[in-house]
Amino acid sequence: MKYKSFRKALALPFTLFLILFILIPILFIVYYAFTDSNGYFTLDAFKSFFTSTVKLNVLLISLLIGIFNTVICLVIAFPLSFLLANPKINKNYMLVMLFVMPMWINFVLRTGALRDLLSVILGAIGTTTGEHPLLCTMIGMVLNYLPFTILPLYSTMLKLDHSQIEAAQDLGCNPFRTFTRSIIPQAMPGIVSASMMVFMPTISSYVISDTLSEGKIMLFGNSIYLSFSNSDWNGGSFMSLLMLIIIFLVMLATHKFQGDGGERRASSW
Amino acid sequence: MVKKILSYCYIYIILLFLYLPVLYLMVYSFTAAELAGQWQGFSLQLYADLFTNKEIMVALGNTLILAAISSLVSTVVGTLGAIGVYYCKKGFRTLIENVNQIPVVNAEIVLAMSLTVMFVFLGQNFFGGSSLFSFWTLLAGHCVLATPFVYLNVKPKLQQMDPALYEAAMDLGCSPTKALHKVVVPQIMPGILSGLLLSFTLSLDDFIVTAFTRGPGLLSGQAQIETLSTLVQAKIKKGAVPPEMRALTTIIFLIVLAIVVIYSIKVNAKNKDGLGKHAKRRATK
Repeated sequence: MKYKSFRKALALPFTLFLILFILIPILFIVYYAFTDSNGYFTLDAFKSFFTSTVKLNVLLISLLIGIFNTVICLVIAFPLSFLLANPKINKNYMLVMLFVMPMWINFVLRTGALRDLLSVILGAIGTTTGEHPLLCTMIGMVLNYLPFTILPLYSTMLKLDHSQIEAAQDLGCNPFRTFTRSIIPQAMPGIVSASMMVFMPTISSYVISDTLSEGKIMLFGNSIYLSFSNSDWNGGSFMSLLMLIIIFLVMLATHKFQGDGGERRASSW
Repeated sequence: MVKKILSYCYIYIILLFLYLPVLYLMVYSFTAAELAGQWQGFSLQLYADLFTNKEIMVALGNTLILAAISSLVSTVVGTLGAIGVYYCKKGFRTLIENVNQIPVVNAEIVLAMSLTVMFVFLGQNFFGGSSLFSFWTLLAGHCVLATPFVYLNVKPKLQQMDPALYEAAMDLGCSPTKALHKVVVPQIMPGILSGLLLSFTLSLDDFIVTAFTRGPGLLSGQAQIETLSTLVQAKIKKGAVPPEMRALTTIIFLIVLAIVVIYSIKVNAKNKDGLGKHAKRRATK
């Protein structure tokens, strides 16, 4: 029976790794969020966040941009993945790969490229990217997160039960009702995991909003980055903790729809 | 028919939209103009400049070294972990899997911040105020990003494996290590490889964790480690994408394209094989 303990011992480095680099750092975030620079307990970070209109605005704008981006990505990607899952249109995997390919080019470089391109286009009509920070940021967000929406939607679309859709049509559903009563419910797990993959990274993104809005739009990610560059560990930790709580709540709310979001994301390879 | 044409239009318009920024850089990589958007005749000058630009070459070297080391470490730790945890009791397994899920769903910036405050605290309180930030903290950061995904890639392969095989190998006289090496590892190899590839690309593409956890070291010597992401970010904060980077974009794109083409040729060949077998089986019936 010695081999059984040998097999279990293989998990030791991994377990240590998880404790040292994932669990303990989170405890440090909690510690820093509720202490001052001398290490004494305080609610200063909490108070200064919830009394600062600037920071509350950042939270609100982040949530709004996150929702907006998720909706746009879903609206574009839903029909797209439906088409891609149709064997008559997409005969092999190549077309899907083409949608994933831009993700392998360094994303900071892609963001810079987009900013340069947008400033040429906007320059041609006599304006600059700095004058339309929201528009530019949104274009950047959609461009960057669209592939992440397409993948989970595509994999649920492949599993759609087409006989159920046909049955709905035979039983007298018009196309709209077929869509809302049969296709949407069937694609729900994909919709939820796609939304998760867009919403959370959007509110915590830094590079896209910083580059494309010329620093004019502050998202939650930018805010945390700012406290990092100012070495404001307490304020930064409090915001990170808040972000962690938001993520946890969203996960909890979507738990029943969520198959294994992470696995789907990992198996996109 | 009209429907089909419309569908293709939709697909290709979105594709064009996705590729436009990259194509823009690529087209202007073949002219020597300082700014993209000005065509000054065909030239490969930027490609020559790229390989003599020390700053970019150092960043590229750092990025590749870091990606290679961090993906190897993550793959080894994640794979061994997946094997070990697979044979542990259910309660422990669920616990580990839940913890493993934290970095997967967590925002990158929160991960980066949590590691940073830990290193700051340890540096201040246990290392006499000296900064811990170095190549090692950066490596830890990248491993946190990648290891959970290695675990998630290997786990399904373990579940598909026949559990009796490992025991059979030992009954036939293999030592536990040999049985693992000769029986288990080959079976889960596809999962290990996709985990390795995924962690490599995660590391290549990362900006936030790098910016937070880096310190001096690697090819940058005494200066802060610059990777491609941090270098490009510093440059585009000040102005346009540097001209040599346009040439680099084209090269990266071609490499990625080559990998994708080879991969899909392989997948297609496999599919055809599979179809052939089915057809044969049907014919013999």
